[in-house]
Amino acid sequence: MSLLRVESLQTSLAGAAGVVRAVDDVTFEVAAGETFALLGESGCGKSMTALSLMRLLPDAGSIVGGRVLLGGRDLLALSESEMREVRGSELAMIFQEPATSLNPVLSVGEQIVEVLERHASINGTAARRRALELVAAVGIPDPERRLDEYPFQLSGGMKQRVMIAMALAGDPALLIADEPTTALDVTIQAQVLELLGQIQRSRGMGMLLITHDLGIVSQLAQRVGVMYAGELVEIADRAAFFASPKHPYSNKLFAALPRPERRGAMLETIPGSVPPLSAMFAGCRFAERCPSAWARCRDEGPAWHTAGESHAVRCHLFDPTAPDEEGSSRITAASPLQVTDKETPPPQADTSLLEVSDLKVHFPIRQGVFKRVVGQVKAVDGVSLRLTLGRTLALVGESGCGKTTVGKAILQLLQPSGGNVRFAGEELTSLSPARLRALRADMQIVFQDPYGSLDPRMRVGDIIEEGMAALGTASGLAVRDRQIDEMMARVGLSSEMRGRYPHEFSGGQRQRIAIARALAVAPRLLVCDEPTSALDVSVQAQILNLLKELQATLGLAYLFITHNIGVVEYLAHEVAVMYLGRIVERGGVREILNDPKHPYTEALLSAVPRLDADSGRPVIVLKGDMPSPARPPAGCHFHPRCPRAMPQCSVGYPAETQLGGGRSVCCYLYEQIRS
Amino acid sequence: MPIILWTDALVFLLVACAIGAGFYVNRREYLLASWRRVGESRAGMASLTVLAAFIAVGLLDSLHYRPRLDDVPGRTTANGYGSEVRSALDALLQPLRSGTEKTYSAPLATHLYAKETVELPDGSQTRVFPRLQHGGAHLENPEQDWGKDVAARTVQGLALAVLAALTFSAIVVQAAALRWGLGWQATWRRIWRGETQFAWNAVLAALAVLMLLAGPVISLAGGYHVFGTDKVGQDVLYLTLKSIRTGLVIGTITTLSMLPFAVALGIVAGYRGGWIDDLIQYLYTTLNSIPSVLLIAASVLMVQVAIDTHPDWFATAAQRADARLLALCLILGVTSWTGLCRLLRAETLKLRELEYVQAAQAFGASASRIMGRHILPNVMHIVLIAVVMDFSGLVLAEAVLSYIGIGVDPSTISFGTMINTARLELAREPVVWWSLIAAFAFMFVLVLAANLFSDAVRDAFDPRVAGRRVAAVAQEKAA
Amino acid sequence: MLAYIIRRLLYAIPILIGVNLLTFTLFFVVNTPDDMARMQLGIKRVTPEAIQKWKAERGYDKPLLYNGTAEGAGKITRTIFFEKSVKLFVFDFGRADDGRDIGHEIRMRMGPSLAIAVPAFILGLFVTISFALLLAFFRATYLDFWGVVMCVAMMSISSLFYIIGGQYLVSKVWHLVPISGYAGGLDAGRFLLLPVLISVVAGIGSSTRWYRTIFLEEIGKDYVRTARAKGLSEMAVLFRHVLKNAMIPILTGAVVVIPLLFMGSLLIESFFGIPGLGSYTIDAINAQDFAVVRSMVFIGSVLYIAGLLLTDLSYTLVDPRVRLQ
Repeated sequence: MSLLRVESLQTSLAGAAGVVRAVDDVTFEVAAGETFALLGESGCGKSMTALSLMRLLPDAGSIVGGRVLLGGRDLLALSESEMREVRGSELAMIFQEPATSLNPVLSVGEQIVEVLERHASINGTAARRRALELVAAVGIPDPERRLDEYPFQLSGGMKQRVMIAMALAGDPALLIADEPTTALDVTIQAQVLELLGQIQRSRGMGMLLITHDLGIVSQLAQRVGVMYAGELVEIADRAAFFASPKHPYSNKLFAALPRPERRGAMLETIPGSVPPLSAMFAGCRFAERCPSAWARCRDEGPAWHTAGESHAVRCHLFDPTAPDEEGSSRITAASPLQVTDKETPPPQADTSLLEVSDLKVHFPIRQGVFKRVVGQVKAVDGVSLRLTLGRTLALVGESGCGKTTVGKAILQLLQPSGGNVRFAGEELTSLSPARLRALRADMQIVFQDPYGSLDPRMRVGDIIEEGMAALGTASGLAVRDRQIDEMMARVGLSSEMRGRYPHEFSGGQRQRIAIARALAVAPRLLVCDEPTSALDVSVQAQILNLLKELQATLGLAYLFITHNIGVVEYLAHEVAVMYLGRIVERGGVREILNDPKHPYTEALLSAVPRLDADSGRPVIVLKGDMPSPARPPAGCHFHPRCPRAMPQCSVGYPAETQLGGGRSVCCYLYEQIRS
Repeated sequence: MPIILWTDALVFLLVACAIGAGFYVNRREYLLASWRRVGESRAGMASLTVLAAFIAVGLLDSLHYRPRLDDVPGRTTANGYGSEVRSALDALLQPLRSGTEKTYSAPLATHLYAKETVELPDGSQTRVFPRLQHGGAHLENPEQDWGKDVAARTVQGLALAVLAALTFSAIVVQAAALRWGLGWQATWRRIWRGETQFAWNAVLAALAVLMLLAGPVISLAGGYHVFGTDKVGQDVLYLTLKSIRTGLVIGTITTLSMLPFAVALGIVAGYRGGWIDDLIQYLYTTLNSIPSVLLIAASVLMVQVAIDTHPDWFATAAQRADARLLALCLILGVTSWTGLCRLLRAETLKLRELEYVQAAQAFGASASRIMGRHILPNVMHIVLIAVVMDFSGLVLAEAVLSYIGIGVDPSTISFGTMINTARLELAREPVVWWSLIAAFAFMFVLVLAANLFSDAVRDAFDPRVAGRRVAAVAQEKAA
Repeated sequence: MLAYIIRRLLYAIPILIGVNLLTFTLFFVVNTPDDMARMQLGIKRVTPEAIQKWKAERGYDKPLLYNGTAEGAGKITRTIFFEKSVKLFVFDFGRADDGRDIGHEIRMRMGPSLAIAVPAFILGLFVTISFALLLAFFRATYLDFWGVVMCVAMMSISSLFYIIGGQYLVSKVWHLVPISGYAGGLDAGRFLLLPVLISVVAGIGSSTRWYRTIFLEEIGKDYVRTARAKGLSEMAVLFRHVLKNAMIPILTGAVVVIPLLFMGSLLIESFFGIPGLGSYTIDAINAQDFAVVRSMVFIGSVLYIAGLLLTDLSYTLVDPRVRLQ
C-alpha cells in the first residue's frame, strides 16, 4: 500500500498565450519511507506537480483532472478547510528559495510554533520547548538564541534548516522538497542533503524530491521519475536508472553532463527546444528532438512499457508489440562521441597574456556620526593569477568568496585597492582612461544572467554592434554590418534574428548573443562569469561546446569563474580555488581534481553530488558557513571549518607552498612537509 | 491677427512631441506591444475617447487671434486690431459668449432667477421675474410653449446624435470589414462582442454616449442657457467649456516643464553617485521639505507682485493672465519634480548594477552614452506612468489653489475660479446650484477619464503589474 | 542608533539653511521690499516717502545682507537677512503685518488644528486599512472589482466638492451640526464632527486603492505560500503574515505626515472657520502677509524633517531587519 498515489493528474495554467497544460496525465506512487525523485529541466512541470499535490497553485493555475490519494484519501475531493488540516500535518513542503520563503518580520520561533499550535494543538512553553527540539534536530547550533532571531539574521543554509524544522513540526507522513538546495552553495548543499536523508530515514517519512540535478537524485532517491514537457516519461529504481536509462531523453541528459571523460570531446546536446505546452500534441512530445524517432512517434503518443524490473518507459522503442524492423534504430546508450579537439599544447612560459599579482579589492565600512571608515570588507585580498593565450583558467569558489569581484577588478570595472594587473605587458591599474579604452577591445566579459546581460530595449544587431561602435574597431557601416552577420553565424544564430529583441530568445540563445557581443571586438581574453549556471543541462552543453570551439579556432584565453566542478573538469586547463578573498590552491586541472591538497578543495570536491553515489566515496561535510569577509577569522581563514586544523592555523595565515609542476597551496599541512 | 500665447506655444510643442513619440513608438516593437495592451483595455480606451473630446475642445481654445477692429465695436488699439484676444472656440461659441444676461438664471430658464423691479407701462412699479434677453427669447409665450420647445429640441438633438453615432460606427465597421476581409455582419459582431484586439467596442460605446449627451445640449444651446447663467449673466456652459483648456494646460505643461529636470537629475544622480548624487539629493530634499502649498503660495505671490508692478510687460489682459497661468505651471513643476526625480534615481541605482550596463562599461562606453542608450530607454516607462498619473492630480490641484487664491488669474476661466465664485451662492435662498454642479461634473468626468486611462497605461507598462494582470486574466477565464 | 540620529539632525542644518536662503531670495531679492510696499499701498499714486515709511515701520528699511553703516556685529545683525531669516532658527518669528506676535498666534492656533487633524488622521488610517484589507481578502471577486471602481470614482472627485457638498447636506439641509465655527472644551465636538468626517471621506479613495496594492503585492510573495503550506486559514495568513509585512510601508508612509499635522488643513479649516494654523496660513496668503507665510514655511520644513527622522526610527520598530547606523 503506497503512501501517496497520484493518478493522471492534470494541471493547467492560464497564460497570456492561452492555456498551458503544465502537468499532463502524471501518475506515480510514493511508498512510506521512500524517497521518490521527480527529475526534469526547468518548465517541465515538476514544481507544478508538487504544488498541485498541496493544492497551492498560483492564481492562474487549476487542477483539471486526476486523483491524489494520500493514505487512501483523495486530496482533490477535500473541501478547502479539510485540505488545510492536511497541509502542514500529513503533507509538508519546503521550497527552493529559503531567503524569500520565510516571513521576514516573524521570528524563527514564532513561525515554527505557529505550525505546532495549528496541528499539534500545543502552545505556550510546551510549544516553545518542542520548537527548540526541532531546531536542534535540524542541526542549528545554539538553538535557544536562534529561536528568537529573525530570518535575515540566518545564512541561506540555516534558513533552509528552519524551513525543514517547520515542515517537520506537523510530523508529516510525506515531505515534498522542491529543489531544496538549488539556491545553496555546494558545501552547504552537502549539509542539507545529508540532513534530509538522515531525517527521512530516522522518521520513516516518505519524501517527494523535486530536482534537476542527477547527482542529487543519485545521492538521495530510491526511485526516480523523469519529467519532460508536462509528462512523466520514465520511472525506475535508482540503481536501474543510473545503470541504464532507457528513454532517449534520459539518455541525452546523461550525455549532456560535462564530465572529465568527455574532455577533448564535444558534449552531447539536444537539438531544438522544449515545445510550448499550450500546443496540442498528437505524438510523443520528445519526437522532434529525439535521435531515434520515426514516423509512429509523431503520430501516436507512446504508452507505458516495461523495460526491466521496476522500470517503465513511455516510448515506442520499448513497445514489445512493435514490428522488429523499427528496432534497428533503437539506442540504449549515448551515441558515440565525436572527438574534435586535441588538447591544446601546454603553454610556453613567455606567452603569458594576463598576470595578476596581489590584487586587492576592499570596500570601506563606515560608521558613526561622520561615517568614518571603521573597517574594510576584504572582498579580494591578495589574489595572484597567470593566464596564457589559448588556455582556460577556472576560478572556483562558493558565493561570497570574491571570485566575481576578481573578474571585474581585472577588467577595471571595479577600482582595485591594491596590487597589479598586467595585460599583454601593460599595467592596467595605472593606465590613463584613454589608453585603457584602447585596450578594452582585447578583454571582454560574458555574464551569468542571460536575462540581465542584454538591454531589453535594444535589437540584437545593435547589441552586437555596441562594442564595435564604442571602441571604433570596425570602421564603415558595411564592414560592421558584415561583421555582425559573421559574429551571429559564429555563435550559431541566423542573421535574420538581427532585428529582434532579446525577450524573443531563450536563455541559451541569449547567452550566445552575449558571447557574440563580446567576440565582436576580437578580444584575446574572455572573462566568463558563471555563463552557464542559469541554464539547463542540455543548454549548458551547447554553450560549453561553443566556448570550446571558439577557443580552439580563435586561440582565446578564458578566465572561467564558476562554482560548477563538472564544468571545470570539462573545460579548464588550470584551476585556482578561492576561499574568502584569497586563493588557497592552484594548479593543473587533473592534479587538483584528482588529488586535492588543501582541505577546503578536498571538501568542496567531495561535496559535489556524484552520479555514482554508491561508490563509497566519503562526503566531507563542512561545519558551519563561510564567515563574512568583513570579519575574517584570524590565521587561516578556513581553520574554523577545517577538519584538519592544527593549533598554528589560528595564529597566522599560511604562506604559499610550491608543490612543483606549477602547483601551489596555502596550508600549514604542506609547509611542514616541505621543511 | 493670430496671436500665439506662451501656453499656446507649449501646447503645440506638446502636440508635436506626441506626434514625434508616435513615430518613435511605431518603430519599436516592445513599445508597440505595451501600447497594444493599452489598446486592449476597454476602460482605458473608453476614457481615452472622452479625453480626446476634452483635448479637442482644449486645442480649439488654444488657437488665439485678435479680431479685426471692424468686427468688434469697442476698445481700439493703434494697429487696427481689437485688444481682446479670442480663440477659435470663442468664435464657435459666439452666441453663447455674447448672449449674456443680467444675472443668474436657472438651466433652460426663460426668466431671470431674481425678481426685479420693473416699471409698467402705466408708470407703476412691480417686482417680477423678467424675461431673459437670450434664453428662450424666441418663445412668444414661454409658459405654454417652453415644455414643447425643449422636448422638440431634445428629440431633435438626440436624433442627430443617433445619426452621427451610427454614421461613425458604420465608417469604422466598413473600414474594419475591408481590412479583415469579413462580411459586414461578421465584422460588427466581432467588434460588438469585444473579440477585436483593440477595444473598438469601448471606443464606439463611449463615443455614442458622448454624442447622445452632446446632441441635445447643442440643440438646446441654440435657444437656451443649458446650464444657466452665473452672477454676471455669463452662460455657464460656455464657462465650463473654457475651463477645459485651463485644466489641460495645467495638467500637461506642468509635467512638461519639470520633466527634463527630473529625468536628467534623477538619472545623473543615480548613475554618477558621489558628490553629484549628494548635491542633487540635497536639492530635492530641501525643495521637498517646504510644504508644497506654501512654496506655491510664496512663489505665486511673488509672481503676482512682479506682474502687478510691471503692467507694461504685457500688451493685453489675456497675455497677462496667460503669463500667470504659465508661471503657475512652472511653479507647480518646480514643486512636483522631486517625486519623479527620486523614483528615477532609485531605478537608475538598480539598473546601474545590471549586467548589460557593465557590459557597456567593459566596452569603455562613456557615461553619457550609457545613460542615454541604456538607462534612459529603460526608465521611460516610469516617466510615462508618472506623467499620466500626475495629470489628474494637477487638474484637481488647480481647483484648490484657485480657491485659496494662489491659482490662476481671477480673469482666467477655470474650474477653480468657477467654484470659487459659485460657492457663496450656496448660501443664497433658494440655492443657485448649477454653476457649481456644472464645474464639478465636468471636472469629475475629466479627472475620472484621466485616472482610468492612467490605470490602463500603468497596467500595460509596469512590469510588476503585468504579472498580476496575467493572473487576473487567468482567473477570469477560470471563472 | 544614537549616532544615526545625531547625523540626521546635523544633516537637517544645511537643509534648513537652504530653505531659508530660498525663501529669502523669493521674498527679498526677486521682489524687493520696495515692490512689496508698492503692492501693499496700491500701485498707483505712491510717493517714495510713503514707501519709506511703510518699510521703516516693518523693519524692511535695512540693507539685505551687509550693513556698512552699523557698528561691530551690527554690520551683520542689523540687516534684513539676519532679522527676518536667521532669527527663524531660534523660532523668533517677529510680528505680522497687523502687529500681532506670530509666535504667540501659532501657539494659540495649534490646538484647534490638532483637534481636527489628529482624529482625522487616526480614523482615516483605520478606515482605509480596513477597507483595503476587505478588498484584498475578497480579491478577484465582484466586491473587489466594484470596490476599486468606487475608489477610482472617489479619488476623481475634487476635495472641494466633499467639503461644499458635506457642508451643504449635513449642516444646511439636515441641520445636524453647526455649519462652521469653533468653541473650546467639550463643545468642540459638535464643531469638529463634520470636518473630521469630511477629511476622512475625502481620503478614502486614493488611500484604500494604494493600500490594496500593497496588500496584493505582499500576498504574491513566497512566504505567504509557506504560510498556506502550514495549513493556516486565509484569515490567519492575512492577519498574521500579510498585515504585519504590509504595515511596514503603510505605517512608515503615514508617519512622515504626523509632525505636519500641526500645520492643520488649509481647506477644511478655512471652510469651517476653525481658528487653526491652516486658516491662519490662508488668511496670511490672502492678506499677502509675508512675515506669516515665511514663518509657516520655516515651521513646515522643520516638521517635515522631523517627519523623515521619525519615519526612519519607526522602521526600526516595525521591521526587525532595519538597524540604523
